[in-house]
Amino acid sequence: MSESEAAARPEPGPAEHAVWMRAVAEERSRGAFARLFAHFAPRLKAYLMRSGSDEQSAEELVQEAMMIVWRRAESFDPKQASVATWMFTIARNKRIDGYRRNNRPELDPEDPALTPQPEPMQDDQVGVRQTAEAIREAIAALPEEQAEMLRLAFYEDKAHSEIADQTGLPLGTVKSRLRLAIGKMRGLVDDELR
Amino acid sequence: MSAIEKNKTTVDGGACGAPPPNHHLPDEVLLDYASGAADEGVSLLVATHLTLCPICRDRAAELDALGGELVENLPPADLSDDAFAKLLARLDEPGSEPAAAEPARKEQATDDATLPRVLQRYVGAAAQDIPWQPLGLGVDHVDLSVEGGSRAMLLRVPEGRAVPQHTHEGNEYVLVLQGGFSDAHGHFVRGDVEASDDSVDHRPVADGGEDCICLAVTDAPLKLTSLVGRALNRFAKL
Repeated sequence: MSESEAAARPEPGPAEHAVWMRAVAEERSRGAFARLFAHFAPRLKAYLMRSGSDEQSAEELVQEAMMIVWRRAESFDPKQASVATWMFTIARNKRIDGYRRNNRPELDPEDPALTPQPEPMQDDQVGVRQTAEAIREAIAALPEEQAEMLRLAFYEDKAHSEIADQTGLPLGTVKSRLRLAIGKMRGLVDDELR
Repeated sequence: MSAIEKNKTTVDGGACGAPPPNHHLPDEVLLDYASGAADEGVSLLVATHLTLCPICRDRAAELDALGGELVENLPPADLSDDAFAKLLARLDEPGSEPAAAEPARKEQATDDATLPRVLQRYVGAAAQDIPWQPLGLGVDHVDLSVEGGSRAMLLRVPEGRAVPQHTHEGNEYVLVLQGGFSDAHGHFVRGDVEASDDSVDHRPVADGGEDCICLAVTDAPLKLTSLVGRALNRFAKL
């Protein structure tokens, strides 16, 4: 597909992102990789700059994150996460690995100690795409103050204790507001999916 | 049967496995982990709990998805003109293809059923080989090396023993790995987390039957409030 054909299409959504990922994983398609880059790299850079990287390190981290996308495309599982979520977690981890001696502690999916999902929970799993859609609508529907707290946490890399320092609110207040915001978001998502 | 063998039976006990824990991580801690703002000690605690708790795995996945949506909604930033060309050049470097980049993961020699793998990396030993250090009153601990403001340690409390009554200046998270304990807030067994802040004054008592092993993460020193504890405060660095 040429540049002009790509431009003529409507803004691609999560379904297209997943198709591109599959093309990268199965065919090592550089064209599909270019489309993923065009969509996600500028957003990842925006995210990295908001969370404290300068322009140059943000560019470098985007390069490294996209290298991971190329190398590990096969491990992307559309049943577990949307492409946007997967990209976010890769960029987040690259950012953390950049300033810590150790990689971010994460569970090992092959760990024999992993406690499996009870059967009833497996049954009511909803599609990743519906969940992403419901989350997007929930963010839009949240009262502005609550949405702002969640954005502060994700975009600016503020731990709840730092949000307390920055806003001058007591830690307990920040905790309860964050719990409220997340609880409200989960409630809206559940309503949407039911 | 030793505690480790007992746990093995649970893990290998068929499709049902162990029941999910009853005491979970608060949302603001899962959010800090999802956003990446949690320091290494708290992240280690969260990753260890997520290994043992399918319910919090779901909650954490939902917060990752929130992060994905928020980043998807950001106004894109302009990249340098040659960004993609530079990336393409790197794709041709040796080691960029999956087979070369990702050697098959070896089984860990230290695998045991008590310590999830993410934690073994910090302990550097299986549960039976942990280099315990006495902390006082029969309680042992081993400090784990983590960067950031939090302190992380494994604690071993002999079966049936009480930990001196104490409060906390900051937050304390205790995750049970073996055995169990009770305090005024409930009964905690493998996989359960008790989150306490400065408003909590408690005196946990280990269950009988086997020693209680916990991962404890604190973001400020704790204060012992009982009479014996106050005396201990002076020399115990807990």
